[in-house]
Amino acid sequence: MIEPLVRAPAAAVDLLVRGAHVLDPRTGLDGLHDVLVREGEIAEVGAPGSLEAPAGTEVVDGAGRHLFPAFVDPHVHLRVPGQEHKEDFETGTRAAAAGGYCAVVAMPNTSPIVDSAPGLRSLRDAAARDARIPVGFMPAITRGLMGQELTEMAELREQGALGFTDDGRPVVSAGMLRKALQYQRLCGGVIALHEEDPSLSGAGAMHEGTVSALLGVAGIPSISESTMIARDCAIAGYEGARVHMQHLSAHESVTAIRAAKAEGVQVSCEASPHHLLLTHEAVRTLDTRMKMNPPLRTEEDRQALIAGLLDGTIDCIATDHAPHARDEKEVPFEQAPMGTTGLETAFAAVYTGLVQPGVLPLALVVEKLTSGGGLLGLPVPRIERGAPANLVLVDLAAAWEAGAEGWASRSANNCFTGRTLSGRVLLTVAAGSVAYRERAFALTPA
Amino acid sequence: MDHLLSIEDLDRAAIERICDRAASFSEVADREIKKVPALRGRTVLNLFYESSTRTRSSFELAAKRLSADVVNFAASGSSVEKGESLKDTILTLGAHKPDAIVIRTPWAGSAELVSRWTPAAIVNAGDGKHEHPTQALLDVHTLRSRLGALDGKRIWIVGDVLHSRVARSNILAFQKMGAHVTVAGPPTLIPRGIEALGCDVRFDLRDLPEADVVYALRMQHERMDQAWVPSLREYAAVYQVNGKRLQPHQVLMHPGPVNRGVELSGEVVDSPQAVITAQVEAGVVVRMAVLYEVLAGNRAKDRTPITAAGAPA
Repeated sequence: MIEPLVRAPAAAVDLLVRGAHVLDPRTGLDGLHDVLVREGEIAEVGAPGSLEAPAGTEVVDGAGRHLFPAFVDPHVHLRVPGQEHKEDFETGTRAAAAGGYCAVVAMPNTSPIVDSAPGLRSLRDAAARDARIPVGFMPAITRGLMGQELTEMAELREQGALGFTDDGRPVVSAGMLRKALQYQRLCGGVIALHEEDPSLSGAGAMHEGTVSALLGVAGIPSISESTMIARDCAIAGYEGARVHMQHLSAHESVTAIRAAKAEGVQVSCEASPHHLLLTHEAVRTLDTRMKMNPPLRTEEDRQALIAGLLDGTIDCIATDHAPHARDEKEVPFEQAPMGTTGLETAFAAVYTGLVQPGVLPLALVVEKLTSGGGLLGLPVPRIERGAPANLVLVDLAAAWEAGAEGWASRSANNCFTGRTLSGRVLLTVAAGSVAYRERAFALTPA
Repeated sequence: MDHLLSIEDLDRAAIERICDRAASFSEVADREIKKVPALRGRTVLNLFYESSTRTRSSFELAAKRLSADVVNFAASGSSVEKGESLKDTILTLGAHKPDAIVIRTPWAGSAELVSRWTPAAIVNAGDGKHEHPTQALLDVHTLRSRLGALDGKRIWIVGDVLHSRVARSNILAFQKMGAHVTVAGPPTLIPRGIEALGCDVRFDLRDLPEADVVYALRMQHERMDQAWVPSLREYAAVYQVNGKRLQPHQVLMHPGPVNRGVELSGEVVDSPQAVITAQVEAGVVVRMAVLYEVLAGNRAKDRTPITAAGAPA
């Protein structure tokens, strides 16, 4: 199999980060250290002030700052091909790097759908020209996301498919999903599922509950998601297959996954920053930035997602970064497309909303923001000698207003716009190359 | 008041002010020349994205009785069908310098959205299944004329609450006026969570005799396609307000148009308890009062012109 991640050529960096608080829950680092990167690889981790910068190495003052393994997002929409007015590889990976990400995984619901090997190859070629950080691809489970015929999964895997998903739509037919899971024995690759029963979600545009009752907007009941998760966990268990549940939103879904995991089903799942931080109360004003699928649900659901992160039921935080052009979102709520951008705000929003108030430990958040790729079979970023440099340097104390300085993404439909967030990404190193530097943050030559 | 976007925005005092002004306008309809010059030289634009005869003509008549100029803009056969967005339509129509835009759309929140894109006063004539504030105001006005104050009155709203903007506005308006509201209808057509609005929920009409006012909603034939109820026959058997169910002391209301033999039996429509025609009459004077309120009443502030680049906040 070929390397599943692709990016544009970039120079390997030589860098010394001095005296930052290094936090990597996997290697156990949690204190002040120097980290030396040579030719894109972590060459040394030492006591603060102990490492010397070889000639030509850039030196970063890490004092008062935090250095984490860079984040990996298993669920983003980069809109290539066909919807480049919303986002493209250049802008999408710029946004990702600005948010501290060193790799992202792109969904296939583009125009046309990514469901053939030639389509995947051309995308990889484009990413090899335009992507600032490594991008992986999840082609469709079924042709055209129509739920009728499997894609040529074996060939797609040979061409670098990380796994498969019909994201944006559920695999409605249990029989169809079962065939895909059986076929997984041949070709491997995680099957990632957008869970929603269309006979329950119907024309719904927001969570079904007290707010939708007040607004007269058709609701999407939480059982639309949880019943499909329970069904598909049962099918996966029966077939011994490996599935990943995307963007959990409902407390019943957390319960279903917790039960499936206890039964030994090979299931992992993700939650998004917006579902962890917002509820359907945010939809009261019918702000179209608050319209996403699955919808923002209740405080009880939000608390269940947080509990799921804490007890390990939820494996990772994924943004479901879904850019839409301004004129597409500047319409009545019911007409607006679903989705919020999230790459540039994920860490700061979760840090501000959940770490600062003491709800989640910082180390857990770093773990959940870095684990998404590993669930799909990618190496997990680590801060240790010999590892490729995937690093993010953050000033936790720096407050900024989301969106006030514009966005790196081509789109501005971010649900945290206008909020004051703490935690500013200063520098992102992805696969050994500098992918992002905060404007005001200059490096000093040694 | 700059706009009339929802009943949710109004307090009891505002509702009473509008109804009082409507009462003062009601003698205009009895004059030989049914016109006052209050809004002479003002332009009112009726922008309707859904077919409507009575609401649109009621607004048109109200504006004309106040001597305003009226332009009707229906979405069918217009630029809207050619794919123009709501925002572009509003910006384009803005070139006609309307002082007020009366808007009905199938989308919740559209009146509020439009109010950010134009300096004109916006009157919500129905936004999706969200609100229909002038209907609620005319219903309050009708009841005040009939009953005096609404305080302590028990009002039952019967029928398809799920798909009804009239129900949502009326629940809020009747409660703000001190009434106690119960909604009743098939469980499939009562939205989950509606009790959060402060109303009681019933799924049959056993306790209907407790009501002082029975407000029947229109049961739309198109609901049959999606199996919301098994049949109109069964619906009528359980939920029709008829001579057996309606008590002599009760006032009967309906927003129109009535499906005789479905939500209401013919006998109750024609009974003296029904105030359906009075509601239609109240429609014109209440809409006169609303247009007067947003165009000539106290304005909170000068309208700031919004450019094409102005994004919603």
